[in-house]
Amino acid sequence: MADQKSDNGGKGAPVPPGGKGPGVFAKWLKEQIQNLKGRVKEEGESLKRPEKTQLFKSMFRVKHDDSDRSRALGVLSNVFFHLHPAKINRDAVRYRFTWGMGGITFYLFLVLTLTGVLLMYYYHPTKGQAYQDIIYLMSDVPFGKLLRNMHRWAAHLMVITVWLHMFRVFLTGSYKKPREFNWCVGVVLLVLTLLLSFTGYLLPDDQLGFWAVTVGTTMAQNTPLLGSLGPLGRQLHITPYNDVRFALLGGSIVDANALLRAYIWHCIAIPIIASVFMGVHFWRVRKDGGISGPAPVMLASDMDKPVPPYNPPKM
Amino acid sequence: MDWHQLWEIVSTPDNVPIVALLFLVPFFAWLAWQQARANDQLIAQLEADPKLAKTAHRKAFPWKPGWPKEIQTWPYLMRVEFLAAIIVTVILIVWSITLNAPLEEPANPNLTMNPAKAPWYFLGLQEMLVYFDPWMAGVVFPTLIIVGLMAIPYIDTNPLGAGYYTINQRKHAIGAFCFGFFVLWITMIFIGTFIRGPSWMWFWPGQTWDPTRQIYETNRDLPDIFGITSMNGKMIFGAFAMALYFAVAGAFIHWLMTRTEFNRKIQKRMSLIQYLTVQFFLTTMLLLPIKFIIRRPPFRIKYIWITPWFNI
Ligand code: HEM
Repeated sequence: MADQKSDNGGKGAPVPPGGKGPGVFAKWLKEQIQNLKGRVKEEGESLKRPEKTQLFKSMFRVKHDDSDRSRALGVLSNVFFHLHPAKINRDAVRYRFTWGMGGITFYLFLVLTLTGVLLMYYYHPTKGQAYQDIIYLMSDVPFGKLLRNMHRWAAHLMVITVWLHMFRVFLTGSYKKPREFNWCVGVVLLVLTLLLSFTGYLLPDDQLGFWAVTVGTTMAQNTPLLGSLGPLGRQLHITPYNDVRFALLGGSIVDANALLRAYIWHCIAIPIIASVFMGVHFWRVRKDGGISGPAPVMLASDMDKPVPPYNPPKM
Repeated sequence: MDWHQLWEIVSTPDNVPIVALLFLVPFFAWLAWQQARANDQLIAQLEADPKLAKTAHRKAFPWKPGWPKEIQTWPYLMRVEFLAAIIVTVILIVWSITLNAPLEEPANPNLTMNPAKAPWYFLGLQEMLVYFDPWMAGVVFPTLIIVGLMAIPYIDTNPLGAGYYTINQRKHAIGAFCFGFFVLWITMIFIGTFIRGPSWMWFWPGQTWDPTRQIYETNRDLPDIFGITSMNGKMIFGAFAMALYFAVAGAFIHWLMTRTEFNRKIQKRMSLIQYLTVQFFLTTMLLLPIKFIIRRPPFRIKYIWITPWFNI
């Protein structure tokens, strides 16, 4: 305590002393100020260690020190971080091995979600209005242009990073036992990523999107059996009014219904589906024993030896 | 040489990702190749020295006895992740400040864009439209790509190379994948972006995109060359031609799969269904560049197999 000598030990409400005269009061006041200064200093000091505050402890639930145990708990007891194991292969943190591509892809998905939600505040999925909204966004909304650009470029970047991620997973043979299924989950994510990007293309309702979607859905029109122009379609009485293209566009041409459908697929349905698959993907990375390497190299001469019993991954 | 035209294509904001691919894909391929080479050297050394193989650390990364094999996620992994997030954010913001997302005129069904291009990541499929009918390029191939990718873990019976970069231990797998990724996917995107101009005509880089340009080329079908004119004749001839193709391609793949001692060992581990699946996907993949070549001058052959219901 800064001032142990004060009447009440520096704590509680100050009690004016008995006695008379301005001198006594001034002394008392001085003491009180001293006292207060001490407390301010003391509490200021404690703010330098925020992890000791009640507020911090209530949020994070773990000791904040340099022991391995606390560090592990810091990861494991946090809802966002606990996707990670507490410890990992010492070489797995090298950028050179994973290129960080899966993580970057996921981060871009988060960026796209954030910027996408913000864009939704300014966008109506209706013919005529949609285009005007984009113009308005680019010219009048504060940071609207930046927002739209970031959403656009993050989407393109995500397509690239998901390809590179797949490339890396292939080259490191990470789809091999026991990760076969997670590779398949990944392929679904790849398709969903492309579809997310494609459905977003139509939303500005400009020539670029309109013709890209026209080209895309004309291909769907040629689906065997289910498309009006596809092989065996006509024989099955498939017309432009009941084929897959009609289902995709909500009509026989790219128009208002197509815009609404693209909007719902883009902003609601596919993001939800993709989130579910990402959850499974990350969970499987853990359950399959963490990322695959960098693993010790195997030798062709080891192949002939009997297979050791399967070691379930420690979690 | 029309530099202006070239610059216009390269600097179109939506083409920036493709220009980026031009650098990113070779860079990462190089990065992977470097590590594969280091591992392959190590593997060769260990194969030659079984005693060393028993005690070796078996990684190209440095390691000393006493170093822990595992490290704490916090801080060692998570700081890397945060750093990556910051770098990506900075790149994205700089990119977004300097380049504007494109916005064309309002959609107008009466005014056809020429060329009307799909988004860049689907240009490979759009380019396929030149060589195959839409139901093949737009529906069958995408389905085969997805199914084929998913099949990879179940048809690759080679246990080596799990969790590290290598080329020597997985030559065929890597060769097939890189052929698909580089040649059939990335290259087709480049062609679709940089080469295909108005009316999807072939313009060499630097050639002016002249929308009034006319190309008179007479396309033929394979049966025409042999003077077959009746529909039934074309159908039967085409079926034979396709069967011949698959027989020859299948024999070639089989030869590859059983070429070396090691290849034969891997092939022996396959069930019949795995073997046939591999054959199906690889022979189908090979069909693409073959059609690509015979479609272009001097052959200009459009279809191999003509039937009343579909053409290939
Ligand atoms: C939205 C798309 C995707 C996201 C967000 C994602 C995310 C991740 C992350 C964060 C990891 C951890 C290791 C790393 O960063 O490399 C991972 C691993 C993995 N991913 Fe993905 N991924 C996606 C798509 C794919 C695709 C397209 C494939 C393959 C076709 C795939 C297959 C795998 C496999 C097999 C692993 C385990 C790798 C290993 O053990 O080394 N993922 N993914």
